[in-house]
Amino acid sequence: MNLLLNLINGISLGSIYAIIALGYTMVYGIAKMLNFAHGDVIMVGAYICFCTVSYLSLPPAAGILLAMLVCTVLGIVIERLAYKPLRSAPSLAVLITAIGVSYFLQNAALLIWKSDPKVFTSVVDGWPGLTLFGGQLRISAVTIVTILANIVIMIALTLFTGKTKMGKAMRAVSEDKGAAQLMGINVNSTISLTFAIGSGLAAIAGVLLCSAYPTLMPTTGSMPGIKAFTAAVLGGIGSIPGAMLGGILLGVIEIFAKAYISTQLSDAIVFAVLIVVLLIKPTGLLGKKINEKV
Amino acid sequence: MSKMVPVPSNSIIPERDLDKIPVLETKHLGIDFGGLTAVEDFNLTIGRTEIAGLIGPNGAGKTTVFNLLTKVYQPTRGTILLNGTDTANLNAVQVNKAGIARTFQNIRLFSNLTVEDNVKIGLHNSVNSGMFSSILRLPRHWKSERAAHEQALDLLSIFDMQDLADHEAGALPYGAQRRLEIVRALATNPSLLLLDEPAAGMNPSETAELMENIRKIRDTFQIAIMLIEHDMNLVMGICEGIAVLNYGKIIAKGTPSEIQNNPQVIEAYLGKQKEG
Repeated sequence: MNLLLNLINGISLGSIYAIIALGYTMVYGIAKMLNFAHGDVIMVGAYICFCTVSYLSLPPAAGILLAMLVCTVLGIVIERLAYKPLRSAPSLAVLITAIGVSYFLQNAALLIWKSDPKVFTSVVDGWPGLTLFGGQLRISAVTIVTILANIVIMIALTLFTGKTKMGKAMRAVSEDKGAAQLMGINVNSTISLTFAIGSGLAAIAGVLLCSAYPTLMPTTGSMPGIKAFTAAVLGGIGSIPGAMLGGILLGVIEIFAKAYISTQLSDAIVFAVLIVVLLIKPTGLLGKKINEKV
Repeated sequence: MSKMVPVPSNSIIPERDLDKIPVLETKHLGIDFGGLTAVEDFNLTIGRTEIAGLIGPNGAGKTTVFNLLTKVYQPTRGTILLNGTDTANLNAVQVNKAGIARTFQNIRLFSNLTVEDNVKIGLHNSVNSGMFSSILRLPRHWKSERAAHEQALDLLSIFDMQDLADHEAGALPYGAQRRLEIVRALATNPSLLLLDEPAAGMNPSETAELMENIRKIRDTFQIAIMLIEHDMNLVMGICEGIAVLNYGKIIAKGTPSEIQNNPQVIEAYLGKQKEG
């Protein structure tokens, strides 16, 4: 029974990683850059939701919506101001800029919300959990909501990229920016849209994360951000199903490592798995081999 | 309102297009890469429904000309008039909307997308269902999706490819990929279609079929087509006007028979003839 519970908790934690990993992987697929500020967008989302609920006394739903709105705008603004001017710069410059944006967001949060940890009230506070097998298996409401949210997001995103005009444009841009442009697709607005979607999802991830682990600090986003990045690489960066698989796998491994091996070593084990996978399959689990033209 | 347009002396426009504004007119077009002049003083006029050829030895600058026309590169000098309008301030996307579409020397399809979706990418700007109606699956979305689907199949039927609509583009045989690239370009509704070596890698019977199809496309859509090609049977067989490029400069212009007998062209291709 414990095994089952750990598995469910692992999937739930992994769902959060998966939602964050989507942002990394989509942005990488389109803009070919690693947006290391993505983890901090999660933190901003959580703070916005926290403020709406605790200070303005609005319902959690309003908090989530507002957080998504703010993060979506934030994502677009970051891309416009920090990354767009570097579109043709070497990738190292963009990478360092992304780290800079990450520090900027953390310190801005430190100025606004101070360093003391806030206690985040779960958005599903008071909702009943699920009790199965005559009380032997208790699953909390936030665990269930997280897994469901992940499923909904995955379905919506798959439909979006597979069926809609904008989604197809996105895939076209990720495959060949130049050719897409010559077919009349506006690459800049496609990249903006990608950042908007990724950041909106980051807000949801932030709210879910802080509902499960209720301590909110300016650095709350960095570790989950790095784990989610790991998940994206594990699944094959650039691949949406890869982010899903990588995220859930990582969550399950982390929880199992904590439960059966060592709490302190769990992160080390997670990253060790990444190293092993990359040694065996450098493109990640679902990543496609890229044939460089000679 | 058909008004006589003064035709430049160096024009090779077929007679039927003489009273219309040319689809393309370049004046002293040129580009430098660092200190190297890749294209110099490129003057060419293409009629409304002309099939024009651009030939020349390897490295002559033919693809660079295509890249200039489609604004992959910004010209260093000169002007490009598309349907009489200067394109100086347009970028690649805007030039495509203004009416130039192209294919690529090394096929650049979206190989992970289906054949139909590749064509729909070309139709992108004419399908007008917004993001919200798409996500919410409003009736408007279905209507425009259905219209795009039918239009895509219509275009694919030019090359009899409608049965391949659901295949992944990257999995198609080489010849079919080349044809799909032409369909995708046509989907953007161009007035000038640029084909970069459309017959490369095709066998003689495929090339013959392609020639027929290029003519058919011109007749059906009433557009101008400019092609770069090394297959002289194709060039001489379908082009009405030909420009020969060597070292970035036009060395000859004229009808196929004029080009075939031009000593400068022969020299560019075969080297100087022995004296005496």
